[in-house]
Amino acid sequence: MISIENLQKIYNQVTVLHIPHLEIPTGQSFGLVGNNGAGKTTLFSLVLDLIAPSSGSVSSNGIIVSESEDWKKFTGAFIDESFLIGYLTPEEYFYFIGELRGLNKSDVNEFLQQFTELFNDEILNKRKYIRDLSKGNQKKVGIVGALIGGPQVIILDEPFANLDPTTQYRLKDIIRQFAAEKNTTFLISSHDLSHTTEVCSRIVVLNKGEITKDIQTNAETLKELETFFSKGVFGEV
Amino acid sequence: MIKTFLFLERKAFFRSASFKLNLALKIIFGIIAAFYTVMVLALGVSVFYILKEKKLEPLSAVNTYLIYWWVMDLVSRYFLQKSPIMYVKPFLTLPIRKRKIVSFFLGKTAISFFNIYPAFFFLPFSIVMIVNGYPVMQVLSWHVAIMALVFADNYLNLLMDNLDRLFVGVFIVLVSFAALQYYGLLDITIYSTPVFQAFYNYPLVGFGMLIIPVLLYRYCFAYFKNNLRTDETVQPKVKEAQIENFTWLEKFGTLSTFLKNDIKLIIRNKRSKSTVLISVLFLFYGILILTNKAYQSETWKLFAGLFVTGGFLFTFGGLVPSWDSAYYPLMMSQNIRYKEYLASKWWLIVIATLISTILASFYIIMGWKVYLAIIAGGIYNIGVNAHLVLLGGAYVKTPIDLASGKKILGDKKAFNAKTLLLTLPKLVLPLLIFYIFYHVWNVTAGYLSVAVLGILGLAFRNKMFSIIENIYKKEKYSTLAAYRQKN
Repeated sequence: MISIENLQKIYNQVTVLHIPHLEIPTGQSFGLVGNNGAGKTTLFSLVLDLIAPSSGSVSSNGIIVSESEDWKKFTGAFIDESFLIGYLTPEEYFYFIGELRGLNKSDVNEFLQQFTELFNDEILNKRKYIRDLSKGNQKKVGIVGALIGGPQVIILDEPFANLDPTTQYRLKDIIRQFAAEKNTTFLISSHDLSHTTEVCSRIVVLNKGEITKDIQTNAETLKELETFFSKGVFGEV
Repeated sequence: MIKTFLFLERKAFFRSASFKLNLALKIIFGIIAAFYTVMVLALGVSVFYILKEKKLEPLSAVNTYLIYWWVMDLVSRYFLQKSPIMYVKPFLTLPIRKRKIVSFFLGKTAISFFNIYPAFFFLPFSIVMIVNGYPVMQVLSWHVAIMALVFADNYLNLLMDNLDRLFVGVFIVLVSFAALQYYGLLDITIYSTPVFQAFYNYPLVGFGMLIIPVLLYRYCFAYFKNNLRTDETVQPKVKEAQIENFTWLEKFGTLSTFLKNDIKLIIRNKRSKSTVLISVLFLFYGILILTNKAYQSETWKLFAGLFVTGGFLFTFGGLVPSWDSAYYPLMMSQNIRYKEYLASKWWLIVIATLISTILASFYIIMGWKVYLAIIAGGIYNIGVNAHLVLLGGAYVKTPIDLASGKKILGDKKAFNAKTLLLTLPKLVLPLLIFYIFYHVWNVTAGYLSVAVLGILGLAFRNKMFSIIENIYKKEKYSTLAAYRQKN
């Protein structure tokens, strides 16, 4: 469970994120949508303790992330290409993360088998370093890396961007499967409303650093969100 | 247009993450530069009379030594003069002519301390010559030729920076001449002095020298203009990945995970590879010091010991954790404790220092005292400097671009002024301790004291580690922010 209390991030006297209270229960697929600059990546960076909160705190399973490192054990994340090690091959990268999470090579190999379709024969055994892969394939490597070792909390920033349509479908299946079978908490941000509503059981809309909508996904959600974003409600907020 | 470029340069300087360190360094360098300027100016005015006093013909005496100055100038430029960092990529698609971008960049390098300081010596020297009745025309042609050589160095250095072939060529030529000269097999000045003298004797030759920097400039211009692209034409083809398993490292337990990565980092990236190669050269640096008559004191032996065993520590270690800058967010959010991360870097440095110390055993042929100095230096490096280097690393916030392809017009120096400056406290302290014990007691006590200091450092390893860990934790957010500032 992730709980956020009075979280604020201020850059040069400008509040870019202000969340008085937010709780994400274990096993929830939590979708974060919002326009550019809404504070999505800022929120994720705070949850991962990559930036310091100006005030307030994030706690993950009761551990305040800026005070203890213990949350790292059960958290996996892929935010951007700075989560990839360019001079490793994809296999080496997976083994590296596997080792950090207490898996040996054969464990990792076994784990990777479920991604054969996702990889589309372009990732493994290609004798290529990650830096030489295309942007889309790099993204696949990063996302799968975040899943290795079955972390309880998985944070993905814009996982659908840069991926081809087939891969987007496969990725959605994988996320649903992980959430259902392993009770994994997913935090996913996206600009893409339809993808997000498809995989997430709850959607939070962020605008200018504040939560403006918090809905449990149902049949009407997509429509609701589309009207919400298209009517320029945001301009008036 | 130039105004816009200058505006961007100023912004880039004042807004860079390492600005604070930059400014402090700039002030230190400013003071050093001012000091040397005054010294050089004084020398320029007085050298004529000093040489006259010694019954030498001033001009030919100066000409004898000019070759050394010219080579030193080139060498110090290579290590200290930075290619001005201009982020050309965003300009490439803007409506700016390539020749404008290149000519600004090349013009900018001309305004450098390295191009200006020679004037402080040669200008007063030339004026004094004229005052003393040397023919104006001939002095002028000599002066112009020297300035032409200065600017030739400037553009030669730029090319060397980007053309590894040229660098290797110049390096081999210089080293072989230096070796011949050093062991008295050849006196280069016999050949060089008449050349410099010719600049004076034949004004046409002197003025004609101007052609060299002009040609070099044009070559630079053509080279950069043609290579001002980001596509593959300037890059080698994507190499097939080499797969190594490094199973022999498994015995290091959890540390092996990191050590394996670090070794791959070193082998697979050009920047780190060249850094490690330079660190190997350190091994032989001792020969230069120890065979030189001027450096026969015991303190110099220890200096050699520290340097010979600490090559990797000073060059590679000095840039920890910047080597991981490209994926620092991953390291900070994966299941890695800071302590483990630092310990892995520490082990890497210690293993490399141990290997250097063992490889340096050949120095035993120079006597047991030299060998003692090496051992003492090695122990101190492992016990104290390995920690100091990690400590300093917390404040080195320059992201390193490991990819080789992006180096054109960028900073790729493996050994820059900043790392040099950080090296000083690591060398001065042990030398001081040694000096005190050596003079109060004897040589053995001196070496022993340095070794004991190293062992003490090892004994307090855990304490040192928790101090370093806390500093890293405190600096974590600003380091992450600084590493995000890639070009």
